[in-house]
Amino acid sequence: MNAELPIAPVPNIVLHAADVFKNFGGLRALSDIDLQIEEGKTHAIIGPNGAGKSTLLNVIIGRIPPSSGAVIFDGTLLTGKAPHEINQLGISRVFQTPEIFADLSVLYNVMAPAFARRDGAFRVNMLRSVWNENEIRDEAEHLLQEFGIWDRRDDNAGALSRGDKRRLELAMCLIQRPRLLLLDEPTAGMSRHDTNTTIELLKKIKQGGMTKVIIEHDMHVVFSLADTISVLAQGRIIASGSPQEIKEDPRVQEAYLGGPVE
Amino acid sequence: MLSLSRKDVIKLAVLAAIVLTMPIWLAPFGAAYPGLMQKFVIYAIFAVGFNILFGLTGYLSFGHAAFLGVGSYTAVWSFKLLTMDIIPAMIFAIIFSGLFALVIGYFCLRRSGIYFSILTLAFAQMSYSLAYSVLTPITNGETGLLVARSDPRVIDGLLGADGMANGLPTPSLLGVSLSGYAGFYICAAFLIAAFFVSQKVFASPFGMALRGIKSNPTRMIYTGFNTKPYMLTAFVISGMFAGLAGGLLAVTDPIAGAERMKWTESGNVVLMTILGGVGTLFGPVVGAWLIKYFENIFSAINVNVLNDFFAVLPDGLQAVMVTILSKFTGEGWHLTLGLVFVLIVVFLPGGLVEGAERLIRRLRRSGRTAVKKKVVQQ
Repeated sequence: MNAELPIAPVPNIVLHAADVFKNFGGLRALSDIDLQIEEGKTHAIIGPNGAGKSTLLNVIIGRIPPSSGAVIFDGTLLTGKAPHEINQLGISRVFQTPEIFADLSVLYNVMAPAFARRDGAFRVNMLRSVWNENEIRDEAEHLLQEFGIWDRRDDNAGALSRGDKRRLELAMCLIQRPRLLLLDEPTAGMSRHDTNTTIELLKKIKQGGMTKVIIEHDMHVVFSLADTISVLAQGRIIASGSPQEIKEDPRVQEAYLGGPVE
Repeated sequence: MLSLSRKDVIKLAVLAAIVLTMPIWLAPFGAAYPGLMQKFVIYAIFAVGFNILFGLTGYLSFGHAAFLGVGSYTAVWSFKLLTMDIIPAMIFAIIFSGLFALVIGYFCLRRSGIYFSILTLAFAQMSYSLAYSVLTPITNGETGLLVARSDPRVIDGLLGADGMANGLPTPSLLGVSLSGYAGFYICAAFLIAAFFVSQKVFASPFGMALRGIKSNPTRMIYTGFNTKPYMLTAFVISGMFAGLAGGLLAVTDPIAGAERMKWTESGNVVLMTILGGVGTLFGPVVGAWLIKYFENIFSAINVNVLNDFFAVLPDGLQAVMVTILSKFTGEGWHLTLGLVFVLIVVFLPGGLVEGAERLIRRLRRSGRTAVKKKVVQQ
């Protein structure tokens, strides 16, 4: 364990954001965040628009540095690390608008992250050929089959439908076998049918023991998947607990659901 | 390790066949003399290397001629100080241009897009000016760096060879003088090797990562790739190709001048790559040949040649044709090239090679539907 950690590691906690503040100029986006993600669980972060959910995710993956505080992943301090280093530690992220290689083939999209997993952040391997990497190719094709986009493997990823693009991005993250998967509104803009398919997919991954953090607006998705829910409002975590506890918490009803619910 | 996919082997074989038979098929175009064919082949190497950077990563360098120039100067210095044999000269040309690219790339790659292009242009123009002014002891300024009978040529001296042919030092390969066709075939061999290397880069996981950076750098970073060293490596590799091309230019004519580093040369290689097809294997080769052909043959078509060509026409018509066409040939070859360039960029955004591929695909498809129709009729 790293002796220089600002806070002591907690058993079973894979990700710990401690005393995180983030100011954008005069605006306080995150305030005194203390978030503990338990290993192997699905942790949902909900909250009204502008509550700071995406900012929190961006702080975790190193996209923006926190103004103060620390994020610790499995005994390693993430604060100050480059995004690619954070990914190499085992954290993958699905973005709100899918970040895929639009002008490259679907198969290529899934193979590239597999190379990052195997070869690390940088390697010049000009003597190898991508198409002789049968193991990685098989794995990629298998995953595409599972996700129902195998028959589109030679098409450009940009030509996929919106739902398929999201599924592709999820496949790109999963082929890295991350320890922690961050999902930023994985079902936004999806039809009910596509949303349900995605929920089923995510439930399947859940059985693999991967830890997941989900930001989501759709309460149907949240309550079907989450083991724990944290509620963000105006940059603060106002409540954390099991779905049942959250449903019944009057502060949550006040801040987020706009009033008591029966 | 050195294996290629079957498709790539075919492409390499096709390229080798086309390059080695140049003296035959270029003859009807009036371009089958060794000096010009050497230029065709050398600039193809330059463009193939440029395409590794521009085609795979999308970073548009406007200063690649600087590496060409460094390669030329290094080769000539190797001729002067060590030996007239080209092996050390080429090795040093590649190493020095690679080191030069490492330094320039390190700074330029801190920015992307137009700022990257401007930075490379600035560095190249700086090198060009330095070669004319401060660095005159190394570059011999405006006169250009020449080999002389009195050069030390240490290795030649030790081996007892004088490196001379016809009373002047001449580049050679293991004792064989490289004038005329021998020089062309050596350059051709280098092009085939360069094409092979570029195929390996395109097919490797390294090349895949470069494509990924071009397609979506954000996704690359959050997928765990450290994009900076990838970019720098691509920049250095393409600088080395340019250095090799520059070195070979010094083989065909053992003189190195600063004009090789001028921005118009950097612009030319951009045109070659775009004209032929960015990101395709053959594109830069085709583009380089087309531009060099225009530059050397089209520019030589003068009024007299046109008059002869249209002699069959009635006098008035002949005069009209010659007047119009003479604006596009000879001195006006730049105009023709510009028009061709505009037409290709507007109507064939992928360049000539992609245009050809599209045509082949369409022909195949129509062939297939024709077969289907027949089957249906039966």
